[in-house]
Amino acid sequence: MSTTVSTEKPGTSSSAAGRAGDSVFSGLSLAAGILILVVLAAVAMFLFLQAVPTFTAAPGDVTGGKGFFAYIWPLVVGTLIAALIALLIATPVGILVALYISHYAPARVAKPVGYVIDLLAAIPSVIYGAWGATVLAPALVPLYTWLTGYLGFIPFFGGPASQTGKTMLTAGVVLAIMILPIITSMSREIFTQTPKLHEEAALALGATRWEMIRMSVLPFARPGIISSIMLALGRALGETMAVALVLSTGPLIPSLIKSGNQTIAAEIALNFPEAYGLRMSELIAAGLVLFLITLVVNMIARAIIARYKEFSGAN
Amino acid sequence: MSTSTNSPGVSPVRQSKLTRGQRPKWLIPVIGVAAVVAGAAIASLIGFSIALWALFAAVIFLVVGPLAVTAVEGGRAGADSLMTFLVYTAFILAVIPLVSVIWTVLVNGVPGLTADLLTTSMNGVTGFQDNKAGAPGEVVGGAYHAIVGTVSITFWATLMSVPVGLLTAVYLVEYSRGGWLGRAITFFVDVMTGIPSIVAGLFAAALFGMVFGPSTRTGFVAAVALTVLMIPTVVKNTEEMLRIVPNELREASYALGVRKWRTILKVVIPTAISGIASGVTLAIARVIGETAPLLVTAGFATAINWNSFSGWMTTLPTFIYYQIMNPTSPTNPDPSLQRAWAAALILIVIVMLLNLVARLIARAFAPKTAGR
Repeated sequence: MSTTVSTEKPGTSSSAAGRAGDSVFSGLSLAAGILILVVLAAVAMFLFLQAVPTFTAAPGDVTGGKGFFAYIWPLVVGTLIAALIALLIATPVGILVALYISHYAPARVAKPVGYVIDLLAAIPSVIYGAWGATVLAPALVPLYTWLTGYLGFIPFFGGPASQTGKTMLTAGVVLAIMILPIITSMSREIFTQTPKLHEEAALALGATRWEMIRMSVLPFARPGIISSIMLALGRALGETMAVALVLSTGPLIPSLIKSGNQTIAAEIALNFPEAYGLRMSELIAAGLVLFLITLVVNMIARAIIARYKEFSGAN
Repeated sequence: MSTSTNSPGVSPVRQSKLTRGQRPKWLIPVIGVAAVVAGAAIASLIGFSIALWALFAAVIFLVVGPLAVTAVEGGRAGADSLMTFLVYTAFILAVIPLVSVIWTVLVNGVPGLTADLLTTSMNGVTGFQDNKAGAPGEVVGGAYHAIVGTVSITFWATLMSVPVGLLTAVYLVEYSRGGWLGRAITFFVDVMTGIPSIVAGLFAAALFGMVFGPSTRTGFVAAVALTVLMIPTVVKNTEEMLRIVPNELREASYALGVRKWRTILKVVIPTAISGIASGVTLAIARVIGETAPLLVTAGFATAINWNSFSGWMTTLPTFIYYQIMNPTSPTNPDPSLQRAWAAALILIVIVMLLNLVARLIARAFAPKTAGR
């Protein structure tokens, strides 16, 4: 008896409060969702507003004295070169490691290996940068000397090679290590989703393990692999510390094993703390350019993933 | 029985077409040993180093191994073994940098781990003291101010991003139900994941620069930058966790007449809380190591500053960066490098601990799926 009385009273009073609570809560969560859209728009808007002085300034006042385009162009090319080197190294290794985890390693080993690769992703970028500058760069000097000695006729390996090893190629290698976990973890996830029946059908027809992977796993995973590469590219384009600490910067040059070249992100990080006035606006404009490049790359990646989801949902 | 019709004197290897031509078990190990020996020989001809040795041994093995298999078993098996060897090589290649990074940080960082490092700041430490310091123990100054900065900036970033991220995920899973706004938010959260960290830093700097005058640099500006980086991680993780809460739980709650917001607060979120908590921990682990956005937002401090709303701040990553790039004593950078590596060790330990805690949370409070 007493229980029914005690529950009835709060029940009636809470229905009014509950109705208000419902609208308050749904309103709050809607507001949070909209806030995210507003923040993203604000990122673009504030970067643009702060960058405007650069676009309107006299070309002679911009660093380099030839206008913003002449200033930003070598940086964009440098950024693309660094990201490209990283992708060239990380894509094959990353996909093969993903295959190792999904199809080669025994189940007992596969899980710890997955953790280890996740650990690679957890290490802060500044530590990779410090490692690249103090350990990797000196270790690569003999290789650079050899490259310029025997392949020096190729512009990429034009000498004389840097004696500190702080070059674009080193920065690219460090970037490759940093984006490897992205490619591996995404590819691995898709490799393990390959329909078991496809794999078993291939094996039953007498395919070797590699033939099975080539015929059933890779075609199934192709969109996923491409989007993982695009996401890794987005990360490599925007990565700052690896380049800022590893590369000894300079003007744009074709040789990858000499000091020189620069990326947008590193240019900002190295110069922003001391910048003021027009220089600050220039660097923010450079950031806007970087933002737009990565935005396009990421949108393409997401579009591929979305298409792929529709496709696999039909199966 | 057909085997018995074969002449018994001929070697018994060619018994069946299916088992014919299998490589003997010793083939691959023998080639491996031979490759290591030959690699050592060639490497010592050029000028011996372990890297060269490993390189030559690997190349020889990757060429000779598949060729031998091809000779015995045919081209298809040869291609298969080549890919197998390549996969294992790639795995070793991926592990080398990880081991090297952790080894470097340990070797260089442990000597610098002194009580001073954890309890003193760089306030008043100049090149003069650094030039006098000889042994690792004599290095004065430490990273206490950087630890303080890391803790307070990460605290503010977490405080701002967790409610927003959580509520957005609730909106996406419980309210939007595939509406156009929900799809737009999902898409832009994905896009936000890809914002370069330095751009997030520039955004915070530009925002506060316009409101409070240029060159406004405080811990809070940095916290805003980190919030931009942290929100998408929190949203994605929470959304995933809320989606795996079984619908029966919600329906049971509605059937009892419980309102939607109380269902979400009392049923859905408690069920998913372990996943949400571990996701938040991983997000913290991600932003705590961020360097680039702090360089452009938090300034550079050498003294302890607990106030995120005024004055410059240093965090562990920027402390490492500046100690390496601008040593306190340019003529004798060793004490600065020692401090940097010790701080790097602390940072790695913090990040690893956060990752471990996230896994423990996820395991200890795993969602109660069946039974109770």
